[in-house]
Formats: sequence, structure tokens, C-alpha cells
Amino acid sequence: MEKETIYEGLVRRGVSRRDFLKFCATTAAVLGLSSSYVPKIAEAMEKKEKPVVVWLHFQDCTGCSESVLRATKPTIGQIVLDVVSLEYHETIMAAAGHQAEKSLHDAIHKYKGKYLVVVEGAIPTKDGGLYCCIGGRSALDILKEVAKDAAAIIAIGTCATYGGIPAAKPNPTGAVGVRDIIKDKPVINLPGCPLNVENFTATVVYFLTFGKLPKTDNLGRPLFAHGILIHDNCERRGHFDTGEFAKSWGDKEHRLGWCLYELGCKGPFAYHNCPTIRWNDGTSWPVMAGHPCVACSEPKFWDDYAPFYFADSGSRDSFFAKATKIGLGAIAVAGLTKRENK
Amino acid sequence: MARLVIDPVTRIEGHLRCEAVVSNGKVKDAYSSCTMWRGIEVIMKGRDPREAWVFVQRLCGVCTTVHAIASVRAVEDALKIKVPRNADLIRNLIMGNQCVQDHVIHFYHLHALDWVDVVSALKADPAKTSELAKSISSWPNNSVTYFKAVQDKLKAFVERGQLGIFSNGYWGHPAYKLPPEANLLAVAHYLEALDWQKEVIKMMAILGAKNPHPQTFLVGGMAIPIDPESQNAINAGTIAALNKYADMGIEFVEKVYIPDLLAVASFYKDWTKYGGNSNFLACGEYPEANGKLWLPAGVIKNKNLKEVYPVDHKKIMEYITRSYYTYSKGEKAGLHPWDGETTPNYTGPKPPYEYLNVDGKYSWGKAPRYEELPMEVGPLARVLVAYASGHKEIKEVTDMVMKKLGIGADALFSTLGRTAARGIITLVTAYKIKDFINELATNIKNGDLKIANTEKWDPKTWPAEAKGMGWHDAPRGALSHYIVIKNKKIENYQMVVPSTWNLSPRDHKGVRGPVEEALVGTPVADSKQPLELLRTIHSFDPCMACGMHIVEVREE
Repeated sequence: MEKETIYEGLVRRGVSRRDFLKFCATTAAVLGLSSSYVPKIAEAMEKKEKPVVVWLHFQDCTGCSESVLRATKPTIGQIVLDVVSLEYHETIMAAAGHQAEKSLHDAIHKYKGKYLVVVEGAIPTKDGGLYCCIGGRSALDILKEVAKDAAAIIAIGTCATYGGIPAAKPNPTGAVGVRDIIKDKPVINLPGCPLNVENFTATVVYFLTFGKLPKTDNLGRPLFAHGILIHDNCERRGHFDTGEFAKSWGDKEHRLGWCLYELGCKGPFAYHNCPTIRWNDGTSWPVMAGHPCVACSEPKFWDDYAPFYFADSGSRDSFFAKATKIGLGAIAVAGLTKRENK
Repeated sequence: MARLVIDPVTRIEGHLRCEAVVSNGKVKDAYSSCTMWRGIEVIMKGRDPREAWVFVQRLCGVCTTVHAIASVRAVEDALKIKVPRNADLIRNLIMGNQCVQDHVIHFYHLHALDWVDVVSALKADPAKTSELAKSISSWPNNSVTYFKAVQDKLKAFVERGQLGIFSNGYWGHPAYKLPPEANLLAVAHYLEALDWQKEVIKMMAILGAKNPHPQTFLVGGMAIPIDPESQNAINAGTIAALNKYADMGIEFVEKVYIPDLLAVASFYKDWTKYGGNSNFLACGEYPEANGKLWLPAGVIKNKNLKEVYPVDHKKIMEYITRSYYTYSKGEKAGLHPWDGETTPNYTGPKPPYEYLNVDGKYSWGKAPRYEELPMEVGPLARVLVAYASGHKEIKEVTDMVMKKLGIGADALFSTLGRTAARGIITLVTAYKIKDFINELATNIKNGDLKIANTEKWDPKTWPAEAKGMGWHDAPRGALSHYIVIKNKKIENYQMVVPSTWNLSPRDHKGVRGPVEEALVGTPVADSKQPLELLRTIHSFDPCMACGMHIVEVREE
């Protein structure tokens, strides 16, 4: 029997035409596309076969998988059963041990050259990679084997993209991201700690709609999700511009929702669409809930942006000096300069 | 004798390998090994103690929140900070919400397929499934049409030939005992639970900014402000939303999870004979306004429910005789976490390998022991300690469950008992969340808006040296973090985690860890399809990222 299209799968699961178009519209919005693209996305969903996906877990915490479980547009049930054909995923697959390994090998042989690989977690390279073994084989070997015949690779979360927390100083296991190992395949980076599922779905849909991976910045991140500073889309930006800052946890200014910059917010340095898409179906995001951003979508944020609470003096001057020193975020620095000169 | 290997053990968090020796259709011996290490404690050294929680929370994204909670408590203990009641309440809500959501996911998405044959559901008569559903619950999705639709979707999925996550399961295995109608009911609820879990967790998203990895914890309290007159703080609208998700939790657990658990368990009562342990540790949880913990701490030894011993963290020692580390005091030494050392010493086979060298070191997990005894931690420990301590709510629900299944308290020391205990904890916690919301609302009404104690926020107020520890009875069991602070920085950071306890390898005396011990005696109908082993392993809800990516590090 022929493989069904995504739309057929959704209809079979009782999704109405109206809801389907809503999903296409939301996806277009996340991708930053105008509404004229909605029919194109819908058409692709109606005609394209479900992509085969193989999901690899390495030095991870499964937080990115959990994030994907929270998907609402479409739901995880729809993603797993309808949008993609998920052939291997250790956390939710029924099979275990040899049978699980069989699923992996069946998929990469049967769909040679066509399957998408999702990688979650960093890859340890020290001591021959023995710090992460699955089925008696190292993560390094498994990645190389599975990547060989993949159509493209989606690295999710800051670990799979840039090494993440295992690569934080002193990086005891020599952990790296996918692009440090795989050089001859298209690899898109979807960082975040964890990744935001909306960006995952949008990337898959982009791939299906346009037949290629989305445009990226020089760090391999899609522009639709990482093209604008958090600071520039932040709902508290007005308070920053007028110099209204929360100074202490629970003070009047903090309660009123003033800018968290002086409490350590790294929004001026992080490129991520958190403020616009938020988390958990648009429920909230860190700044909205009163806690500073920690720049979790930036490479090496565990070292470059810590201490997260300005341990030294808490002044903007020290932060500015630090930002200049590590040479990050030209736009952010320009923004700060403007602010300083005011 | 056959050596059976399961690697990867799937439907868990992280990377677990299990090797078992099978003889005459039974497990004679077993070895659990964690096959991954990240070295997070090494990474913690020299950092700001106030942000330790942001780092260590990343030990695990399934047990998200739990390491953050234990971490802020450890630092607060070290710096002698008392957090405001509102902060405790917000933490209680986040912890409770995590417990309810996580246990339901475990039951349906990680554990159910050990008991439920998905393919058999295709043979069910939807009318009979509907009858069965109506007989056990008033949950509204119970019509013939509904179950027929679920079955049709499943049929179409199977007929397409792409089974995806269901491919290569042990379908048709003789150890599956549910009739097709019950299998269909469980499959329907597998899908419903997938939809429910993303909604109910919005309580945490509201209070924590996001899930997984919420971001509003603070040493000294919480970062989410309270102000009924502000639109950027916890206000009356927030309280209403919290109540909505609390009710959503209660309804699903009451009407779906518990009835399903009892229905499934009634077909598998022989699993009260396998998978048990003797010693249990619970550290207690949910601070109450009176300063006590709602669920009690305690240790039970030799299955004796007549005596509950108090818990003292100083009695915890960790051994590395069979783990990939060395100690400066020798292979047989035991170290308290404050004095912990981590020097990796991998002596296992070079990958790719077929078998581990189980006569030597064979795991990245250490072997924690309490008074030299292995301890099972988790829902069963929590229920047994509370039950033996005469805890009212736990006793009521546990007695109800035992009565409905026609089993006695002795039967709780088993795989089925462990799985039932998880349901018991989930139900009482789902109810308790309402009390915490009400107390928070009352505090706000009385003008108490305090969320953080900031007296010690500035490191200048800290002593030159301090050390502390923080307990948290996480969904998977007793968790403890240990911190040594020197010159405002982390000198040593260590964690003894539920899965380190449960999945521990053998210790200095050769005594098995709790999962290894529980597996001995398990029947195995077909060693190529070790479904029965998975039942017991999954009943512990292993979380390897927690248990094994973690090692206690002290660089000399």
C-alpha cells in the first residue's frame, strides 16, 4: 500500500479541514511567512508522504523529547502517528534491546537516502567515545553510521547543536555537537534548553513544503526562530528603554513587570523567538514569569553567560564590559550603547 | 545457562543496559549497568552556588524540576536561609504537578506496553470495551462509537504497514493476559493521556515559565512575583488557572488512571510474587505550614512494617568496588557524599562489545548504601513508609486498592505493588494540590506577597565556608544534593539520585542493587523476548540521566 500523506493521516485521526488549515497558518506564523504561504504549506501537507524519522539519544537529559511531547499544534499523538513516521525513539518505542536495534537498522536500510535524523544530546569524543554506549556501541559510531545515508539531520537542543551542558568547562568527556562530527550532510541546529517544540514542527514543515532546510545564521540556526534578539521582541522592552528596572525579587518593580536586566537578564544577547511563541502552547516564558533569560539558545551559554545573576556588582557597566570582552551580539551591544548614551 | 542482554532498555529515560543469567526459564542473576557519563559534578566546581540549580536541573528533562528543588534546598541549608511560606507553596505546587503528570506518563507511555498488547486490541469488540469502561468509571469517553473510532484508527495505522513506535514490540507474547477489550481500552487511554499530559502540566508552565526545565527557582524562594493588583504576577486569574489544572489532574487520575490500573492489575496478580525488595527509604515531602512534611520520611528494613526508622543522611555511604571509578582510600571504601570522590576508571570492554565484564566493574553508577544496606526508593518506599507511619490519606487509598485487588500488605513487596503504589501516590497528591492552592490564595488575601528571602542574596553576607544538603522525594524516589561552598564558590557538589539507589550495581560486599535483586526469580518464557524483565525494570521507572550521568567529584 502507498504511504499516506500527512493530511490523510490527520483526517484519519479526526482532524477537521478547518483545524488542519489553522495548523498550517500557525506554522506559517512561526516560520515568519506571510499568510500567502498558507496554501503552499497546506498543499505540501496534502501531497507529501510522511517523512521517516530516526531519533537518536546521546548525552542528553530527554528534556527535548519531553518538550516535543508537549506539542499542541499538532499534538504529539498526531506528530508520532501522522505527521512523521517515527521508526526509532528510545523513550517511547515499544521494542527494546535487539528488537529496538532491528527497528533502527530496518529503517536506515529501507529508507536509504530519504530519512531524517533527529539528534538529541551531545556526542562524547574523549577516549574513543566510551562515555556513551548504546547496544554496546559508542554514540560516535552510531551517529556516523546513521548519518551516512540520511537526507538531512536536525540537531535539537543546545547539547546536540553545540555540546551543551556536558561540554561546559572543563568538558570532562570531550562532548561536541553534531556539526563537529558530520561535515558532509545538511545539519540544521535547533538549540534551546530544551528546544521549543514549535520550532521543531516548523522546521519539519518547512522541509516538507520547500524541499530544503530553512535559511540559517552563521551558527546553523534557522532565521525564523533565531533571527531576532529576545530583547527586541521582549514585552518588557519599554521598561528597559525608559530605565525602569526591577532591583530585587518580589519588590514593587518586580511585581509590576519591569525590566529584569539588572537581575541578570541575558535577553539582550540571545537570539530566540521565546517572547513571540512562548512555551507550552503559549502559556509563558521566563521573563513573563519574572525570571531572567539565561541565553539558553546560544553556544557555550553555560560558560559565556554565567554567572547568570551578575555575581560581581550587578551593574550594567560590568555586564557591558563582559559583553564587549567576549565579543558577542553586535546588535545587542549597539542597543546597550544607545541606552548608555541616553 | 543463557546470558540475556537488553541494551538499550527502552521506554525509560537515558541509557540502561541489563544483562541477566537465565536458567530453567527463570532469572538466576542480573546486572544493571549505566552506559553513559557526563561528569556534571566536575562542571559544577568553581561556579556560583546560586545558579547551581540551573545547571543540575539539566541532569534530567523527564524528572525536570526535581534537581532544581534539591539544589536550592542544599544551598539554603548551607547558608541557613528560611524561605517564605509562599515560596514553599509554589514549590509544592510545581512538585505536585510534576508528580501527577510524570506518573501518568509512566503508566501509559513507559510501562503500559509491558502489560497491554496493542495488536490484540484490533480483535476487540468495541461494544464490550464500552461495557467494561462503563463498569469501572464514569469517564465520559466510553461509548461504543468512541472505541470503534479508536480501533479504526489503529487498524488503518497497522494496515499501512508502518508501525513506527509500535514496530518490533513483543505482540502476541504468552505473558500478555488482558482480553482484547481491555487492551483496546488501554490503547484509547494511551492516546488520551498523551493529550492530557501537555495540558495538565500548564500549572508548572504558569508557575515555572516553561516545562520542561522551569526557570523560576531561586536560592531563597521563587522568582515569580505575587500581586493581586498586577497583571505581571500571580493574581486572582492565576489562582483560577491553577485550580483548573488541578481539577484536570484529579479528574483524569480518579476516572482513568486508577480504574485502569486496578483493571489491568486484576489480570496480573501473579506479579505480586515477583520483583520485590526488603529495604526502603523515603525522605518525606511537601513542607506544611506547621513546619512538618505532609508525606513522612523513614526507613523500613526487612519488610517490617511495624517499625519505621528515622532517616539520617550521615548514614549514607557510596561504594565503587563494581563501578568505573577509583577511590583514594581503596576499592572497598565507602564515602559519605560530602567527602565523595570521582576519579573515572573505565575498565570495561572497548566498544563495540557483546557482553560486559560483570565479574569486575560494570557500571558508571555508584552503589549507595544506607547503614550498608541497599535501599529501594520511589513510590513504593513512599507508600510503605507512610502506610507504616499511619498516614491517613495514604492508608485510606492503599487499603482501598488492596481490597479491590484482594491482596494483603505483603503483596505490596513486588513488581505489581510498586506499580500500584505509584497510582496511590498520584491520587493523594492530585487531591493535596488543591490544599496548597487554597493556602496560597488565603495568604494573598491576607496581604502576604513575599516570595523570596533576599537577606543572603549578596555573597558578601556568606561565611567563608559552608556546607549543606537538600532532600527532595522526587517522583522516582529520595533524592539528595550535597554542596560545599568555599570563598563564595562551589567547592564540591554531589548528588545521590533515586536511580543511583535503585539501579545500583553490586557493592563492596557483592550485594546486588535493588533492581538486580528484584529481577532474580523472574520467569522468562522466551529469552529472545524478555518481556517479563521489562515489567520489573520499568516498574522502577528508571531514569538513567539522573542516576548515571552523575558522579560525585572532588578534585584534590
